[in-house]
Amino acid sequence: MIRLLPILAAAMFLASCRQDMHDQPRYKPLAASTFFADGRSARPIPAHTVAEDQLNGDDTVHTGWKNGEFDDTIPVPVTLSLLQRGQDRFDIFCSPCHGRLGDGHGMVAERGFHFPADLADDRSRRLPPGYIFQVITNGYGGMGDYGDQIPDVNDRWAVVAYLRALQLSRHATMDDVPTAQRAQLGAAQ
Amino acid sequence: MAQFFPRTANSIARFSLLGLVGAIACIAGGSYLIVESPYETRQGVPREQPIPFSHEHHAGDLGIDCRYCHTTVEDSSFANIPATKICMNCHSQMWAVAPVLEPLRESLRTGRSIAWTRVHDLPDFVYFNHSIHVHNGIGCSTCHGRVDKMPITWQAEPLRMQWCLDCHRNPARYVRPRDQVFNMAYQPPRNQDVVGAELVKEYHIQSLTSCSTCHR
Repeated sequence: MIRLLPILAAAMFLASCRQDMHDQPRYKPLAASTFFADGRSARPIPAHTVAEDQLNGDDTVHTGWKNGEFDDTIPVPVTLSLLQRGQDRFDIFCSPCHGRLGDGHGMVAERGFHFPADLADDRSRRLPPGYIFQVITNGYGGMGDYGDQIPDVNDRWAVVAYLRALQLSRHATMDDVPTAQRAQLGAAQ
Repeated sequence: MAQFFPRTANSIARFSLLGLVGAIACIAGGSYLIVESPYETRQGVPREQPIPFSHEHHAGDLGIDCRYCHTTVEDSSFANIPATKICMNCHSQMWAVAPVLEPLRESLRTGRSIAWTRVHDLPDFVYFNHSIHVHNGIGCSTCHGRVDKMPITWQAEPLRMQWCLDCHRNPARYVRPRDQVFNMAYQPPRNQDVVGAELVKEYHIQSLTSCSTCHR
């Protein structure tokens, strides 16, 4: 018996190396599952589920439509912070293809994706905001929908508002710059 | 009967005691080295994936923002792995027939997920939240390293508790302005101790080192 003691001690020591606490019987986000047939622990939303936010899903803010037409105004208050948020989202989600200037020369387009239209050309400038919102939400042509990547409708309107600012800036002349700031602009160039 | 042990045996016995202590120290030290080595922590070990996805190409060369794919990082504890659909935003047209992307197209065809290998796997008794770190000025590259220079993704840091505490004890050393969080190439300024201390004050960052902060 005494001779077995060291072996017993060694066994107990090794048993303490189990990883039960590290790997507990629960799922981490997006972990694989052997329980569900499709192998996912993240379950898809059952059909016909209505999320709390979707209860208002058919008004202008959620669709871009107003009285059977695309809204030609932006239905949320346009503030400086909204524009800045829009710039932020535009640079993340739109600029890879459309370019930071919206001219259609983003890096992904340069590498072979077909060139999107210039977002500051005459046609794009005439598009009603509701239409642009709807394109972001549902996609258009070769462009996939961005509703999942920009889930907050306010963020999508922020992008629309920023795009309007971008269009203005692309067609701005020196006369649009306040006199006090013109010298500053010259210095930057 | 003559003495079995010679006189020198006393010294040998004493030295062997010392040797025993030495052996225990060696085993303990060796175990520590193994436990802290990349063999255990997986630090710096590139992980094989079903598609050899290159962050170096996407985030580095193309300059795509982290959040284009990891969309939930600002709002959720978990920074999501992008859905197949997000890859397809570009790869519907680019490399659309490349054999290397067949698992991606298969995923789109069948609706089954791509079985990516998790690169950063914290122990299950650790709570970690991405959004709070991102909002308080901790940059992606602080914990994930220069992902934009990784052709195949690996874990840049050891992810040991000691490593977490290093920042939790003194956040001023690592915090950066919020608008620089997603900048992979960010270099802390020379006067980081001054700038960092100001940011800690401005962002109301607390030095949280109680056990229940992470073990909840």
